[in-house]
Amino acid sequence: MILSIARTALVALRRDRASLALSFVLPVAFFSIFAVIFGGQHNTTPRVTAIVVDQDQSQGSQQLVNALKQEGSLNVLTDHSSKGKSAEHEPYDAASAEAAVKAGDAPVALIIPKGFGAHPISFGPEHAGTSIQMLNDSSDPIAPQVVMGLLQKAAMTSMPEAMAQQGMDYSSQYVGGFTPEQKKRMEEGLADLRKELQTKKNEPAAAQASDDNGFAGIVRVDKRSVVGQAQNNNIISYYAAAIGVMFLLFTASGSAGSLLDEAESGALDRVLSSRVTMSTLLGGKLFYNTLLAFLQLVIMFLWGWAFFKLDFFAHIPGFIVMGICSSVAIAAFGILLASMCHTRAQLGAVSTLLILMMSAIGGSMFPRYLMPPAVQKAGLFTINAWAIEGFNKVFWYDQPLTSLWPQVSVLLAVALVLFLLARRIARRWEYA
Amino acid sequence: MPSSAAPVSAIHSVSPPPSTAAPLKVNGLVKRFGQIVAVDGISLELRAGECFGLLGPNGAGKSTLIRAIVGRVIPDAGQISVFGFPAASTQARLGLGWVPQELALYPRLTARENLFAFGRYSGLKGAQLRDAIAWCLHWAALEDRANEVAGKLSGGMKRRLNMAAGLIHRPRLVLMDEPTVGVDPQSRNRIFEMIEALRQTGTTIIYTTHYMEEAERLCDRIAIVDHGRIIALDTRDGLVRGSFGDRSQVTAHVAGSPHAVAAWVKSHGGRLADGLAQTGAESIFSIAEFTVESPTQIAALLESASAAGLELVDLSLRRPNLESVFLHLTGRELRD
Repeated sequence: MILSIARTALVALRRDRASLALSFVLPVAFFSIFAVIFGGQHNTTPRVTAIVVDQDQSQGSQQLVNALKQEGSLNVLTDHSSKGKSAEHEPYDAASAEAAVKAGDAPVALIIPKGFGAHPISFGPEHAGTSIQMLNDSSDPIAPQVVMGLLQKAAMTSMPEAMAQQGMDYSSQYVGGFTPEQKKRMEEGLADLRKELQTKKNEPAAAQASDDNGFAGIVRVDKRSVVGQAQNNNIISYYAAAIGVMFLLFTASGSAGSLLDEAESGALDRVLSSRVTMSTLLGGKLFYNTLLAFLQLVIMFLWGWAFFKLDFFAHIPGFIVMGICSSVAIAAFGILLASMCHTRAQLGAVSTLLILMMSAIGGSMFPRYLMPPAVQKAGLFTINAWAIEGFNKVFWYDQPLTSLWPQVSVLLAVALVLFLLARRIARRWEYA
Repeated sequence: MPSSAAPVSAIHSVSPPPSTAAPLKVNGLVKRFGQIVAVDGISLELRAGECFGLLGPNGAGKSTLIRAIVGRVIPDAGQISVFGFPAASTQARLGLGWVPQELALYPRLTARENLFAFGRYSGLKGAQLRDAIAWCLHWAALEDRANEVAGKLSGGMKRRLNMAAGLIHRPRLVLMDEPTVGVDPQSRNRIFEMIEALRQTGTTIIYTTHYMEEAERLCDRIAIVDHGRIIALDTRDGLVRGSFGDRSQVTAHVAGSPHAVAAWVKSHGGRLADGLAQTGAESIFSIAEFTVESPTQIAALLESASAAGLELVDLSLRRPNLESVFLHLTGRELRD
């Protein structure tokens, strides 16, 4: 008897494609996404982008910059063209580097000041040593730590002769100087060090493998947050947008499912036999779903303002622009899904699968900067990524409305394309 | 519940102005779904104010014909005009109302909200819409349930609301597709009263049903559709005369050996009904049906039964009805 009951359930499951997808496809898909994101499968860690401005242009500072460029975990930008935004090789200066961090182009910028090559060490008499300035975006708490560690490592591995030279100079100044014989030996030692360094540059992998034990703090770094330091709990705005968009997607697809209910009950036939056309009907659904999504966002952000000190009322115009654009794209997505599916159960399965995957790679579950570059690029195919980026520009980076044009353009274009696709597919309900 | 359906004359309509054109003209309509010919050259014309019955087995093409008239199916050939306007045109849509077989309502909206929605979709607004809703609620005897969500209404109430939603814009041609499916006798009577009230206003009705007695009661003319064609079209009496002339039907319950019964039925051109009748615990009878030109032929049936050693337990004579015509024309084989 027990076997009969189990067999009946198994047969029913086999014929229910929606449940099958939720039972077997979703877990495997999710497992794969997380495996790729966290690098277990490809053994890669996300590269941190850092802008480096070399104001010193000394041999030591250039060696340091070159060493940073060789770090596999860093994506070093020294000029605008390397970011892909300009064909010109215009180098960053301190002001443009700070602006780039504020604009979210990179989470960290390092400014190597004049005189650094002459006094690179952070310790010594009078606490000499010229400080490297680190400008960072506090929305990314990980990047500055990564860059700081790699900077110290690069300093140790790239400029040992400069370090030794300066140590020698200090000794000469405060201890009374070396004898000619001592000076000669030390010069020979430094020459060997330079030769060894050159050999290591030609074998970067070997150099990295053998120099993992450098000690921190050899160069002085002044860290300064240029974004987010004046705001309270900005991560709240990130998650209000990130979680909000994910749940809006669920709500929109569920709400658009009313089309399927109406088709099943015959109400759709009746509506379409009146003066209402399919375009009008879908337009009405799009309007309603947009309104619903926008209201959900308003409630979410108001909640953040009331309980988590989210600075909502200072960003109303940006919120309205991003809220409407995100909502209309999400609403169109829901209508497209509903028009593609034949039953509510099918819609439930397809939307769950798609939305969770979109949310995972689009940044609704954890920040995209933690993901490998390939996954970050894949995330650009999701509504989540563009919406979250837009909200971050508003709430985190305090950027003006004009800076939102890429996000607004993409979201509105997505909405238009998805709606036109839905309209096309909905022809199946229109006439027989 | 009011004792009779409400008068309808005072209600505004968004229908096109009255014209001399026939309420509905269908000419050579053909609709194919792949290899299946659902409608195969149907032509018909309705007269103003008549109730036109559309009968046929499942899959005969009735629903496709109805959906073509309301503009939900695009014909492969032929023309349809509603009050002189092509089907699916705005004027045609405003001139006709459709009561689908399904309960095509918004279950989470109240009866009043449903009527409001469908009224707006038909172009009504303001006082015109309010008056139309009030009339519909009264006509369907739903005034005291107006604020109840449709999903919680009884089956009969849902059916009446379904009809009212199709008539909210007061069309002059109404297509009703099995409006009494699944309702109790009381609700069915109420629906008949509603339809008769409509007819008194001159509304033309196409009435599709599988209940023959409903068609006999309500319809002026009846078309029987099968395999996508109209195989008979006349008044109820005309159809009976056309199929049976002045003949009557005799039904006999007879006991005896199966071979003797079969031979007796065959010798008189009759047929054995499916199954066996049983009266009491022991006796099992065959049921035989015959068509006779006059009642005097019954004596010959009795005599030959006696001669064959058969026992006639029961014998009844009746004039053929619409069901007889329907089965005569469409056969007794199951269609689905």
